[in-house]
Amino acid sequence: MSQPQPKHEHYYDDKQVEPGIPNQKESPKRRQLSQKKRNMISGYLFISPFYLLFAVFGLFPILFSFYLAFFKWDGLGEMTFVGLNNFVIIFNDPLFWKSLYNTIVIGLMGTAPQLLAALLLAFALNSALVKGQSLFRLAIFLPYVTSIVAVAIVFSVIFSNQESGLVNSIIGLFGMDPITWTRSEWGTKIAIATMVFWRWVGYNTIIYLAGMQSIPKDLYEAAKMDGASLRQQIIHITIPMLKPFILFTVFTATIGALQLFAEPQIFQGRGGRPEGISVVLYLYRDAFSSNFFGTASATAIVLFVLIIIISTINMYFTNRIGGSDKVGAK
Amino acid sequence: MYSEKVKQKVAKSSLYGFLITVSLASLFPFYWMFVMATNSNETINQTPPALIPGSELVTNFQNVLGSIPFFRTMLNSLIVSTSITLGVVLLCSLAGFAFAKIPFPGRGILFVLILGTMMIPPQLGLIPTYFIITELGWLSDLKAVIVPGLMHAFGIFWMRQYIASAVPDEIMEAARIDGCSNFRMYWNIIIPTILPAFATLGIIVFMQIWGDYLWPLVVLKDQSMHTIQVALRSLMDDRVKDYGMILSGTFWATVPLIIIFLLFNRMFIKSITDGAVKS
Repeated sequence: MSQPQPKHEHYYDDKQVEPGIPNQKESPKRRQLSQKKRNMISGYLFISPFYLLFAVFGLFPILFSFYLAFFKWDGLGEMTFVGLNNFVIIFNDPLFWKSLYNTIVIGLMGTAPQLLAALLLAFALNSALVKGQSLFRLAIFLPYVTSIVAVAIVFSVIFSNQESGLVNSIIGLFGMDPITWTRSEWGTKIAIATMVFWRWVGYNTIIYLAGMQSIPKDLYEAAKMDGASLRQQIIHITIPMLKPFILFTVFTATIGALQLFAEPQIFQGRGGRPEGISVVLYLYRDAFSSNFFGTASATAIVLFVLIIIISTINMYFTNRIGGSDKVGAK
Repeated sequence: MYSEKVKQKVAKSSLYGFLITVSLASLFPFYWMFVMATNSNETINQTPPALIPGSELVTNFQNVLGSIPFFRTMLNSLIVSTSITLGVVLLCSLAGFAFAKIPFPGRGILFVLILGTMMIPPQLGLIPTYFIITELGWLSDLKAVIVPGLMHAFGIFWMRQYIASAVPDEIMEAARIDGCSNFRMYWNIIIPTILPAFATLGIIVFMQIWGDYLWPLVVLKDQSMHTIQVALRSLMDDRVKDYGMILSGTFWATVPLIIIFLLFNRMFIKSITDGAVKS
């Protein structure tokens, strides 16, 4: 312990005797060359598992989806080339448009108020007045730990059609008639949007809170000295500084909303119903209940394009929130 | 001066009022799940509905066991989530190490390609992947979920960022001079340094896989091979629904996660925010 240096020297000498470990007697030039080669081998080797898996379970299926979208296929018999007919079929199917409409409406209902509430909650939690912040944080975050399936089941029972259902009992107190939630156009959407809201609001609050805590305190101090009100501080400091966090949450919420599946499937039963069917549920039903794999693949491609378009639009508008960024700096 | 104080008191109490209301709303479904899980279906179907715990805790859970292989499906979920988590953490750190510290031709492009795959929605390849699984004979085999699950682009991205910032190049140089091979460097130097990143990514992946539903639903057909999520859903199949039984299953499937979360909540919340913030 008192003389670590020689000990180490000895240790390394030992190692060099082992086979497979480069010998220092090699000329420096040759050693460098072989190091370069070895880096190449290990580099490719270390990243190869991802690329191998991606080739089989990523790239090939995607390409095959594009191929399948032009064929009629029941999964067993012959594949028949039908050109763009699969797209014609789904674009002429009112249920497809209904699923698209539902996905967008439920998406808006479940995420827009939710992100605003998360922002508000994060403000409240971040306030200097609040003690026991971690306890509140825990309570608000807990729903995220629950799986989507569990959330969907719990809220399916909360919004059950029976007169004795929880929500029906509550609205009964106000003299309203019980609602058949799973068969009602807006009832279904409200129930599903509530599931999405409850599970994700805490997650987004935590992210905004982390963002707020990363804003330097002296920015607020300086603004206060200049006589900025709380509202001005929020608009000109907090929101612009939070922009990357808001972008992230809008992006993930948008993609999540467009991939809605478990909630309507569980709430309305296996195949779903027109009031709640989402695009992914429409696809799933087409493929795994009806064995229409061609049209289902066409739907998958439409969904892919939709996700690109809608997330681009959302990103564009969210980015403009930062337009106040420059105004605020003036 | 006095009115300022009053003002602040009002602000403070309304703030607390707001936070307490929200917290109660957030916790209520858990309480209610427990109430349902302990009441008989008759009590539940009364108007007004039961709002306090009943005495049917054991009966309801016995009914769950009669309806689905509960423990078997929990075990399936545990096997799937644990093996994917371990596999992803190891494969992603290995690839992340290569991208962060080993120079090789095409490194930049290959990394960008991986980032690009993150933009692809999983539903795009759903149908062909199902047929690949069928061809491999993996239907109703946990491999059908585990093997594709090992592909994790975000994990590679995240590990690369972490290793690039957490492992100084000097250590690598020193190890190189001592004749350390790349893999030994990964095993002896990188892994011990990035254990916190293992925990973070591990929590994110585990949660994601544990809750995964669509893909297991498609490929795991046998009831005994279901994951807990697929099994819970099948509790909803009966025409006449036994809500006590349904929520008993849901409750007991959720309790282990809540316990784990409460034990490690700081690490947990930090992982989720880190995962979000760094991307």
